[in-house]
Amino acid sequence: MNVKTDLRAERGYFGELWFGAKSLLIGLKVTLKALFKPIVTVQYPREECDITPNYRGHVELVFNPETGGCDCIVCGMCARACPSDCITVKGEKKEGEKGKTLTLFSLDFTKCSLCGSCVETCPKSALTYSQDYNIAGFTREEFHYDLIERLKRRHQQPLAAAAGGN
Amino acid sequence: MPPELLRMIITAVLVVAFVFLNAMILGYMERKISAHIQRRPGLMEVGPHGVLQLIVDGLKLIGKQLVVPEGSSPFLFRLAPLLSFAPCVLPFVVIPFSRKLQAVSMDVGLIYILAMTSINVVAVLVAGWASNNKYSLFGTFRSVAQAVSYEIPMLLSLLAVIMMTSSFSLEGIIEAQKYYWFILIQPVAFIIYFVSGLAETNRAPFDLPEAESELTAGFHTEYSGMGFSFFFLAEYANMFTVCSIATILFLGGWKGIPLPFYDYSGIIWFLLKVYGLLFVMIWARWTYPRVRFDQLMTFCWKYLIPFSMANLLITAIMVKII
Amino acid sequence: METAKEQAAQYTLEPATDIPKSNHYYLNMGPQHPSTHGVLRVLLEMDGEYVIKAQPVLGYGHRMHEKMAEHKNWMAFMPNTGRMDYAAALPFNHGYAALFERLCNIEVPERAEYIRVITSELNRLVSHHLWLGAFLLDLGAFTPILYTFDDREQVLDILEDITGSRLTYCYFRVGGVCKDIDDKFVERTRAYIKRQRERFKVYNELVTGNIIFLKRVEGVGIISPEMARRYGATGPVVRGSGIAYDIRKAEPYSVYDRFDFEIPTGTTGDSLDRYLVRLEEMEQSLRIIEQALEQLPDGPYLGKVPKKLKLPTGDANFAVEAARGELSYYLVSGGGDMPYRLKIRVPSYSNLSLLPELAQGMLIADLVAAMGSLDLVIPEIDR
Repeated sequence: MNVKTDLRAERGYFGELWFGAKSLLIGLKVTLKALFKPIVTVQYPREECDITPNYRGHVELVFNPETGGCDCIVCGMCARACPSDCITVKGEKKEGEKGKTLTLFSLDFTKCSLCGSCVETCPKSALTYSQDYNIAGFTREEFHYDLIERLKRRHQQPLAAAAGGN
Repeated sequence: MPPELLRMIITAVLVVAFVFLNAMILGYMERKISAHIQRRPGLMEVGPHGVLQLIVDGLKLIGKQLVVPEGSSPFLFRLAPLLSFAPCVLPFVVIPFSRKLQAVSMDVGLIYILAMTSINVVAVLVAGWASNNKYSLFGTFRSVAQAVSYEIPMLLSLLAVIMMTSSFSLEGIIEAQKYYWFILIQPVAFIIYFVSGLAETNRAPFDLPEAESELTAGFHTEYSGMGFSFFFLAEYANMFTVCSIATILFLGGWKGIPLPFYDYSGIIWFLLKVYGLLFVMIWARWTYPRVRFDQLMTFCWKYLIPFSMANLLITAIMVKII
Repeated sequence: METAKEQAAQYTLEPATDIPKSNHYYLNMGPQHPSTHGVLRVLLEMDGEYVIKAQPVLGYGHRMHEKMAEHKNWMAFMPNTGRMDYAAALPFNHGYAALFERLCNIEVPERAEYIRVITSELNRLVSHHLWLGAFLLDLGAFTPILYTFDDREQVLDILEDITGSRLTYCYFRVGGVCKDIDDKFVERTRAYIKRQRERFKVYNELVTGNIIFLKRVEGVGIISPEMARRYGATGPVVRGSGIAYDIRKAEPYSVYDRFDFEIPTGTTGDSLDRYLVRLEEMEQSLRIIEQALEQLPDGPYLGKVPKKLKLPTGDANFAVEAARGELSYYLVSGGGDMPYRLKIRVPSYSNLSLLPELAQGMLIADLVAAMGSLDLVIPEIDR
């Protein structure tokens, strides 16, 4: 980028007047042009931008259609990797099943720094990022997410709604 | 009831109503134009394209508490907004909106208007002093110095027109522009007047008394609610006055292509011209950075005053020859 | 134990002795002031509109980042680096990741280095756009900030698509980056470069040539090369004073030695020079990105890194050129996986430290302009 005129030149009394008046008119031209150009902003609550699929929101459990649940094996890697200790994972050993079953996966989103360590360390790829960016609430308890509950809601509500419609 | 008294009351009501209406129109214009210059839609929520937003804002301002800061002088603090607002209404009385739409015809109409607009400085001085806030005080220093020094080129540029018409009466000046507008023979005076008018009304790029990034809000930092909105109304009323003087003296006032109801329809041309000039004021505000204080003074003393003097001299010689 | 009064006494100004102080008064600029951008407080001793003495007061945004680093392994501290300088987080990521690579001798794949350079330069553009808008806002021009934000959003969209976030990135990892870039990214970046070059013309017309702007910045806040050296000023501030010092050239890290770019320098060291240097830097960043996109090699984007990083005993230092200047991390390790001490030398801190000397005898309007031209990011100073 180059500025053609010498900005520091000594312009003299009338030279300054001429230079100044010209520059001011050019400035007015730029803003007048912009006045008639289309707007570039998005009226947020009325319209929404498409969010990229790579957006990193808070974490969610991945739905496994084969088991109807999630793949979590309660190894606790995510909870250990978390820099802000915002993940709590609990599971219990059930009779006749291999490994543990997930009973609690809670995320304290008030502390989360969205680094993605949990998703990267998960050995079963049972965690993913949410696409939800319209997050707002009145109490901090609203951001203590129960991810199992959220998983159930995500995958049962559409089915229930479809059944109700018929 | 004597007809003269009735006339005065009607005039007073109409003028005050017009001042409020003007502030609303200008507030809407300013916010819409600035928005589109910045490529955003601006007001959109209240009413179609946000036209009712200013009414809602007004209600909000009326409903707000006027906070009087500790350590201020409460009487002066409350007085300042009124002092700012009242003189701004008075010039409207003599402005000829069309041939017959003029409340009072005065032989010295121009001098009367200029005198009334100058009182605003006192209000700013009182406001800044009474607030007991250093930022307010800064704004006041600046405002007074600015208004006093820009009065000179303003008057000198107007004097050139007055020499040509030999009249202080606004109707007389409009009548003198029967064949051509004075902007054609006095372009320098027009530009000087318009620039000084920007400074006089504290509009950007000369908005030093309320320079946001330096003085937070300048002389009205401490004002809230109606106290603030009186300053706001006064600013817009002053802008209107400045532009209507420019229209009357340089753009032929209410004269234009004759429309039906000639005696009254001139108001359409008058308002078109005035709001055209106001558009330029708003447009300039959203384009330029703010000048520095000493540069403001340098510009006044080094450029505006010599040029207006020279313009006056040339006009005087020309008037003598012709 | 210091009493509160004694503590407060530390933050009051010693009155200047050589001037009769009868008509001097103090003014608190900040922590809530429209042009201190964040929570900087400058205590001013004023004579009319002239600043006699200025003293910055820090610590309103202190979050103990350095202490936190001592209690976390490398990955757990990575998100913090992006939160120190929120305007340009990726160079902070870069320096931190590269520090561990140097200490533990970890090879970074070539593709990862290129991705790092491209994204860091994009982030520099984001930061300079933010500065440009805010600087002009300080000078009283309202419109340019909306224009620069329009352009800034284009870069943020591109960066969001690969890093997943818009502001506080946590994208780099020890040994590479956490996500590969694709053809769409390359295409969008190229389109952006083209668009940005057009936009520079608008900036020049609206701002650079404007007489009011020139009058406000020319000769304001002159930092001589000697003074810049004395305070350890970095980045565009030192380059504006005519010293061509840039870590990307002086001590090339990553793959910066493979690109052809120039270090813009100023002549007088005033605010105008710093403005021009930053604008030219934006153009140079575009050039670097263009070349990097041309040379972009194939390969893995994340190298072989042991699952648990064992830090050898010893120390390491790594400096990168962040958007505001030299950012250097110094780490002392006593073994284990957490640092014994991590010292972060941030550019804004030294740039702010020259403010008291710079501000002497200035008008308050000039102080705002000079402070804006230093491009201070307060959370980075307070850490």
